[in-house]
Amino acid sequence: MIHLDQVGVTYDGATAPVLRDVRLRVEEGELCLVIGHTGSGKSTLLAAINGLVPHFTGGTLTGRVLVDGRDTARFRPRELADVVGVVGQDPLAGFVTDTVEEELAYTMEQLAIDPAAMRARLEETLDLLGIADLRHRALRTLSGGQQQRVAIGASLTAQPRILVLDEPTSALDPTSAEDVLAAITRLVHDLGVTVVLAEHRLERVLPYADRVAWLPGDGNVTAGDPATVLSQAAVVPPVAELGRLVGWDPLPLSVRDARRRAPQLRRQLPDTPPVAHRSAHTEKDAAPALTARGIVVRYGPLIAVRGVDLTLRRGESTALMGRNGSGKSSLLWAVQGSGRRSSGSVSVAGAASDPARLTSAGARRLVGLVPQTPADLLYLDTVAAELAQADRDAHDRSAGPGTGGEAVTARAILDDIAPGISAGTHPRDLSAGQQLALVLAVQLAAAPAVILLDEPTRGLDYQAKAGLTGTLDRLAARGHAIVVATHDVEFAARSCDRVIVMAEGEIVTDGPAATALTASPTFAPQVAKILAPLPYLTVAQVAAALDPVPAP
Amino acid sequence: MSAVTGQALPAARRRGTATSGGGRLPRALHPVAWWVWACALATAASRTSNPLLLLLIFAVVGVVVTARRTDAPWARGYRFYLGMALAVIAIRIIFRIVFESGVTPGDLILFRLPSIPTPAWYAGVQIGGPVSLEAVLSAALDGARLACLLCCLGAANTLANPKRALRVLPGALYELGVAVTVALSVAPQLVESVQRVRRARRLRGASGRGLHALRAIAVPVLHDSLERSLRLAAGMDSRGYGRTGNATPASRRVTATLMLAGLAGLCIGAYGLLDTTVPHAVGIGGFAAGAALCLSGLALGGRRVSRSRYRPDPWRWPEWAVVSCGLASAVVLCLNTGYNPAALNPGLYPLQWPSLPLLPAAAILASALAALAAPPPPAATGASG
Repeated sequence: MIHLDQVGVTYDGATAPVLRDVRLRVEEGELCLVIGHTGSGKSTLLAAINGLVPHFTGGTLTGRVLVDGRDTARFRPRELADVVGVVGQDPLAGFVTDTVEEELAYTMEQLAIDPAAMRARLEETLDLLGIADLRHRALRTLSGGQQQRVAIGASLTAQPRILVLDEPTSALDPTSAEDVLAAITRLVHDLGVTVVLAEHRLERVLPYADRVAWLPGDGNVTAGDPATVLSQAAVVPPVAELGRLVGWDPLPLSVRDARRRAPQLRRQLPDTPPVAHRSAHTEKDAAPALTARGIVVRYGPLIAVRGVDLTLRRGESTALMGRNGSGKSSLLWAVQGSGRRSSGSVSVAGAASDPARLTSAGARRLVGLVPQTPADLLYLDTVAAELAQADRDAHDRSAGPGTGGEAVTARAILDDIAPGISAGTHPRDLSAGQQLALVLAVQLAAAPAVILLDEPTRGLDYQAKAGLTGTLDRLAARGHAIVVATHDVEFAARSCDRVIVMAEGEIVTDGPAATALTASPTFAPQVAKILAPLPYLTVAQVAAALDPVPAP
Repeated sequence: MSAVTGQALPAARRRGTATSGGGRLPRALHPVAWWVWACALATAASRTSNPLLLLLIFAVVGVVVTARRTDAPWARGYRFYLGMALAVIAIRIIFRIVFESGVTPGDLILFRLPSIPTPAWYAGVQIGGPVSLEAVLSAALDGARLACLLCCLGAANTLANPKRALRVLPGALYELGVAVTVALSVAPQLVESVQRVRRARRLRGASGRGLHALRAIAVPVLHDSLERSLRLAAGMDSRGYGRTGNATPASRRVTATLMLAGLAGLCIGAYGLLDTTVPHAVGIGGFAAGAALCLSGLALGGRRVSRSRYRPDPWRWPEWAVVSCGLASAVVLCLNTGYNPAALNPGLYPLQWPSLPLLPAAAILASALAALAAPPPPAATGASG
């Protein structure tokens, strides 16, 4: 179906090729999962399948890409629209019309499909993706998961034999992501569509994948049977990591597979993990770094946060979890002082007044917040200019003193968080993880004692998440109080001491991560699911238990 | 689900043509029908300054809009047009009062404003002075005519979904329609971006004022929209937008030449028709030739486009009925036969109650039949486009 023969791609002005000598065959009806970290060429590989590379992006393509027998060198993307359907990361950016029905019809209109057939296909597609009740809705009013399902439907109505999806769930919360992935697996099984999918949430799709193509980052592609490729790939979900550690062969790809092999491992492991899931830096005896009382946020009739009390300690890293719209962001913004706060008070250790009463320059010295789209804060041409501006803002002593000890230059902070970001780079050319690091450095330059991060893991790959975990750990060790709003249970298990779960603007759970994350099977990391009832959260804990020799 | 709709479709078609009145199925009238109807009424309004006829047109437009508009967001704008219409009348009257003009000897003077002497080089304009009833009335009537045109335009926009109206553009102009549609959907996204970035700016301790702040907001927002438009372009390309079908570069050049020549012809024709010193035949000839060239260009350009339309709006008897009752009033008011043409523009000297010419009044009233001829609009579904 898809045949890449010795394909190489070099973008204009680049010194090294993005892809080199790629050979890949995807047969009819297969689900091919493309893995690799950000910048390894996943998107390029996917875009080469329908000819966007090189027709749309520019650059040079060597070798041959055959799609259903058509050579992309001679067929432009628009002429392949009846064979390949493409779905991107941000569905809203790809919508041409503004209601669900018109959007689904758009591709068919371009392909000049007969109106009667168009109508019938559209009805089928609505049912297939479970969006029939949304048919007259405006696209902008849909949730992210619904939008992404509409985007998939819009490319399906042309009845393509191949569907290419580039990280369709990276911008979604877990529930929406589940809906989308369920829809995709249904397409593979019911319709026999050939699917090529790049995805961070490996654990969700791995069980269904027929083939995995791993891009190690040097331009090559290793493709083959999922269990074989994963045994060597650098990017693996915890379940495969655990399988590798214990030496299970073939490698388990789903929690179910692993759980069936686990009884023996569970007998082997001590009842309580010999080490904690992470080393805590919480200063329990010191005065709290931040105390919030009775925080209420309301937008007209909608109450986003309903009288929340919150105490943050120095050195403690807290995960703030809960579904979309449960009030996580509103709470963070209200505590920081920049967002709306209808009532309640916040006091920060070492500061005389509530951050909401200070100027924005004063508030950020007490509490720093990294918003959901960090790039919103970046507006200068180079990384160096951004860092210099951050230092100027930080040294503007008129706004009052900081609370997090002596200030360090933003450059030193950035080198500590993410070494090797060159000063001359344009901030927009950085990867999502690097942008996050830059904004974090800018915010830390003001030396706030409390750091809040609003969904920093969105769009980060395993590697970037591991980097962020390390960063937060070092900040906690230095005595910062940290709150991370996140949907990512695995991330919370690795980086947080405490978990707070919100629902409908109220706190429903507040406790140590080890108990909060193992209490319910739905809200647990993979390792906990496999090893329940044993309270293990991470693969590292299992490794420590199996290997009694302590690491130096 | 799909099977059910498949059977219901032909049945709906039969019923749509066969019955009328209470049993009619709600559906949206063809947008072009509403536009023709509204433009015809606007033409009629522009022909008269008889306050009774203008009031009648106002009333007819109001009745039809009330009866046949939907709940969609674009259909809620009629009161803005009404407000604008009232403002136009008010502004005209105020200007006439302040810049004293149009007062002839023997007018009925209502009151006098203190007069402000203007310098000699500014002669011809006088501020303040006597205000006559005739001057005020003539300003009000002028304003009312303009207001009437505005309301007709508003009615067209309220009754017909503007985006659906764009979809009926001929194939050769399809790209233009898409550009407008995309632009319309990008505007709210831009507003959202600006709000988000402004909020985020405060996290960096910025005050949000001055040139510096402008840059700090504009740069991320522009970056955002640029990225988004690139992604949109890639998406549209992969979804088959711009499939050229079997057009050759030569045929594209011929189309472009025909269109340009046709537009030039239309301009010359319009100039000829409006300028009285140019012989009438030249104007009409130029106009006709231009129109013919444009049409053939559109036809040729449309032929290379291979595209179909999802659920095209049907054109059945209600559309014909709405169009003809609109056109009737325009034709009657333009032909000037069957009634005294002077009654359309009654003089203010001497001041008298205007007479109501029967035939034009009947024609305008007949336009209100559009409310009955048009099928009831579909029930609200929360759609915004």
